[in-house]
Amino acid sequence: MFRRWIRPSPLPGFLPALGWTSTVLFLLLAVPLLACIVEAASLSGAEFLAAAWSARARAAYLLTFGAALAAAVADVLLGTLLAWVLVRYEFPGRRWIDTLIDLPFAMPTAVAGLVYSALYVKTGWIGRWLTPLGFQGAYSRTAIVLVLTFLGLPFVVRTVQPVLESLEGDIEEAASSLGASRGQTFWRILLPSMWPGIMTGFALAFARGLGEYGSVVFVSGNMPFKTEIAAVLVVARLEEFKYAEATAVAVVLLASSLSTLWLINWLEARSRRHAS
Amino acid sequence: MSISIRGVHKRFGQFQALNNINLEVPTGKLVALLGPSGSGKTTLLRIISGLETADEGTILFQDQDVTERSVRDREVGFVFQHYALFRHMTVFENVAFGLRVRRTPQAQVVERVRELLRLVRLEGLEQRYPAELSGGQRQRVALARALAVRPRMLLLDEPFGALDAKVRQELRTWLRRLHEEMHVTTVFVTHDQEEAFEVADQVVVLRGGQIEQVGTPTEVFDHPATPFVMDFLGNVNVFQGRLENGEMHLGPFRVDYPQYTHTESRQATGYVRPHELELAREPVSTRSLSVRVIQLNPAGSVLKVRVHSDDLGIELTVDVVREQAAQLQLRVGDAVFVSPRNVRVFLPSDFTI
Repeated sequence: MFRRWIRPSPLPGFLPALGWTSTVLFLLLAVPLLACIVEAASLSGAEFLAAAWSARARAAYLLTFGAALAAAVADVLLGTLLAWVLVRYEFPGRRWIDTLIDLPFAMPTAVAGLVYSALYVKTGWIGRWLTPLGFQGAYSRTAIVLVLTFLGLPFVVRTVQPVLESLEGDIEEAASSLGASRGQTFWRILLPSMWPGIMTGFALAFARGLGEYGSVVFVSGNMPFKTEIAAVLVVARLEEFKYAEATAVAVVLLASSLSTLWLINWLEARSRRHAS
Repeated sequence: MSISIRGVHKRFGQFQALNNINLEVPTGKLVALLGPSGSGKTTLLRIISGLETADEGTILFQDQDVTERSVRDREVGFVFQHYALFRHMTVFENVAFGLRVRRTPQAQVVERVRELLRLVRLEGLEQRYPAELSGGQRQRVALARALAVRPRMLLLDEPFGALDAKVRQELRTWLRRLHEEMHVTTVFVTHDQEEAFEVADQVVVLRGGQIEQVGTPTEVFDHPATPFVMDFLGNVNVFQGRLENGEMHLGPFRVDYPQYTHTESRQATGYVRPHELELAREPVSTRSLSVRVIQLNPAGSVLKVRVHSDDLGIELTVDVVREQAAQLQLRVGDAVFVSPRNVRVFLPSDFTI
């Protein structure tokens, strides 16, 4: 009965491949998610609402999404510029910087969190200069955005870089032969060509920001209503042994993350339509 | 608009791409820059356009010195080998691009783009994206885009190089017709001598960064100025021979060469095109060369015959027209005779008359 759904392909092994993929996906993704939902389902409607939609939880969701969004936007600006410099200019140390970009991928995020908070506290190397100016780089919402920007940066660089590299030089030559200035060429030709890469990078950085815990817990100070993100709230509930309440918050976080990613993927697919 | 190129030199590192180029392109002509790769033809075209700057020399459009102007201010239409279309824009927006950056009013843009798409026969495809077009269609969009801004001249860099043979043929004919309608001065680069001869009013043959010959296709083909041009414009049979007393001796052949009257003999090279060799079962005269057929290759309208001369120890190619081939009934191994109808003689370059 499966045969009807399978488009004939010259490659053998479609059914084993499909079976293997879905088993892995099921075990690694679906089962934990299901467990989360099942646990949350032990609550009654009113209890669920009380746990997942309390004022404290709403503040945490807002901060989680807001900080991730702000960081992703910052990453797009910084990352695109970095990718541009790395692709377009030859300079000493370029390969070093290129390698350095991937560091946030490999570094334990807790280390990033510790380093950032140490640097930006009132007595830290950077904090001692910035705090008098009113810039609170540690134990604040700014701190969360800062550390999330750091963690999301490589995503944007690494998705924009190949797009820039694949742009043929004659596209820009064509634009200028048609009378376009450098600025017009950038806004009308280069930026739209880079757009799909930027969107992908944005989506990945944003998703990273939504899920981040390890570094935020060190830099934010975790003050309920002020600097507490949703993941920290989940952990706080767990520490109070309120497992069902914890999973209720997790389910809301899960559902909203999923739908956001869906939306971004859809936008991204739309922008990619004519890229080939 | 005429183009004058005066004393242009260009060097890329150690490589001398162009060496003292002087060339006049008259208004309204269609000129082909022809040469093998590395001959400097694309570099010359890019210098005319302003995409590249010359190390030395000047470029004039009409009487105006444009050497210092950037491509943006030269108002030339440039067509790239790989189209260089803007992939995120529709056909309409691609063609409209030059008008948009000049802030042309929308009504005029629409009118001009319509007009051009009609000219390149792409009406109805306005809303397609480049990815949805065939190679030939893409190149026509590129042409329309270049023409939309009413350039002072049209420059094409191997415009049909990336297309398959049949489409290439169609586009050549079409480009020729388009040029006859528009009369815009056009320079195009090609490495395909057939393309140059079929399309151009004038052919410029380049080699190693220098101009070998300039002339109409007929002039260049019938009176090649150098052995290189002779060789580059299609297959040719080469004979080594001796020159003395106003005559060239190539094995049994004798060719008049009145320019050389010295009695002392010297080395010279004779060139004969495959269609200029006569092939017969019997010797036409005592000067015919006895050869053996070693390969027969029916190549479209002619039969290409490879023959070997045991006397001279060389192989020759002879083009035999179909009717004659039918009469001769050639088979591999047959003994036949060839005699040249026309021989071009070139002396080694150190010799001056």
